[in-house]
Amino acid sequence: MGRKKKKIKLPLYSSKVSAGFPSPADDFIDKTLDLNDLVIKHPQATFFVRVSGNSMINAGIKDGDILVVDKSLEPVEGKIVIANVEGEFVLKRIRKKNGKLYLFPENSDFNPIEIKEGMECEIWGVVTYVIHKTI
Amino acid sequence: MNKRIFALVDCDNFYVSCERVFNPKLKGKPVVVLSNNDGCVISRSNEVKELGIPMGAPMFKYEDMIKKYKIEVLSSNFTLYGDMSRRVMEILKSMCPDIEIYSIDEAFLSFDYFTLHNIDDYIKKIREKVLKWTGIPISIGVGETKSLAKIATKLAKKRKELNGTFNIIGRSDVDEILKKIEIRDIWGIGSRFEEFLKKNEVYTAYDYKYLPFDWVKKHLKTVGLRILLELNGIPCIEMEFIEKPRKTICTSRSFGKDLEDFKDLKEAISTFITISSEKLRKQKSLAKILSVFVMSNPFKEGERYYKMSTVYLEKPTANTSELIERGVEELRKIYKKGILYKKAGVVLSGLIDENEQQLSFFISSYKGSKEENLMKTIDLINKKIGRDSIFPGINGIEKPYKMRQLKRSKNYTTRWEEILIVKS
Repeated sequence: MGRKKKKIKLPLYSSKVSAGFPSPADDFIDKTLDLNDLVIKHPQATFFVRVSGNSMINAGIKDGDILVVDKSLEPVEGKIVIANVEGEFVLKRIRKKNGKLYLFPENSDFNPIEIKEGMECEIWGVVTYVIHKTI
Repeated sequence: MNKRIFALVDCDNFYVSCERVFNPKLKGKPVVVLSNNDGCVISRSNEVKELGIPMGAPMFKYEDMIKKYKIEVLSSNFTLYGDMSRRVMEILKSMCPDIEIYSIDEAFLSFDYFTLHNIDDYIKKIREKVLKWTGIPISIGVGETKSLAKIATKLAKKRKELNGTFNIIGRSDVDEILKKIEIRDIWGIGSRFEEFLKKNEVYTAYDYKYLPFDWVKKHLKTVGLRILLELNGIPCIEMEFIEKPRKTICTSRSFGKDLEDFKDLKEAISTFITISSEKLRKQKSLAKILSVFVMSNPFKEGERYYKMSTVYLEKPTANTSELIERGVEELRKIYKKGILYKKAGVVLSGLIDENEQQLSFFISSYKGSKEENLMKTIDLINKKIGRDSIFPGINGIEKPYKMRQLKRSKNYTTRWEEILIVKS
């Protein structure tokens, strides 16, 4: 005996050949959607942070949510920002009232922080999106 | 004449600055970052520089000062520094496409002559943008050559009133500036050059600039001439846009604690080979020579021991398992019982381009082989789902030699579990 089975090598085509009609959608296929395109405008300046606490709950930001933060944007009035106040990061909204500058919570259980002269306060970045898990 | 403008961007106290971006409590405080294994100081905040603690200072010598001045001591976090460096470099590239990344925290930029009239404003803009977008402060020096740009950067850092940028081109006091630059601070002057020059009463960049051409040519050869011309505003060191593949790849570490057992050393060597061969494949090279070395702890009593063993591979390879097998063989030759080992490492050399392997009747090609496919798959998995998702079992899991890193910050930008937490 000792007869070997003869192997026949077949070429492997990498592109599929379909038997039926070509898909009518073929000419209209776009690239797939990438969430990064939507939420990240300045990749080099974008950072993610996690929220701890509920002081911004009325702005739709809850404990455990992930925020998209863009450091390149101007922190103007009305924007939600990450600020460094006296060496501590806080999440608040910038508000002006009667010529005074505040970091405002969005929850009546919390007090606003008034930014006074000589206080160490620096805006770290502007919050652009909230990633909130619903399941 | 087609005049050139070079800028050198240098991040200020880069590793400390990276830490400060994510930990505002470190602002205004003395901070140091330590080398792998927490051995020496590799980055200092200005406050620490003012205290007189030098770069490279071994930690154990400065324990009293650390307590006295409440210096914040951090382990190095190169994952974080690497990501922050990438961000800085990308911003620089968006503002000046002719960029040469020189190190993790330095880059040369090259501008055309026509931008000269507003170069001062432009480098200020670059500095502001990098600071705002990343939180990293940088200094920028501008000159007609790379060497002069480097000197300008030094001044930009030193003089507070300059706010981090300085342009040396067209100034009438260039010579006055050069008089204050010691020769050791000139780019390309090593300690042997320095010694020789000082013997010949050349102490400053100014002295060097006006040395006779023939004298430099005779005593300092081409390297010295290049520096002479560069100081005189004639560019001799070109931009290098393409990263050259490395000619040797070395991975070595000091151990967190001394190792004695062969098994532990074997695990360490295998891990170093895994890291090295990954780098090897990344630059698309194959290695022909593998060296393994071990050494004892020089700070402890007992036998001083240093041994290296080298093997020439008949078939150049980038296959981790094969390199590990050969490396362990070499380790067996130099391992001696009863020694307390402090450090070990591997060096891959004789590197060739993976497409240029010489084939013979007995030696098959690495390129296109099954082993190449396997390595590629492993690299891809590790890239996608995180370093060391797949690694050779021989590397061990406990890693008794692992780096001592007591106070490493989190990987704020590369791991979801470690992103910054903000109180709301």
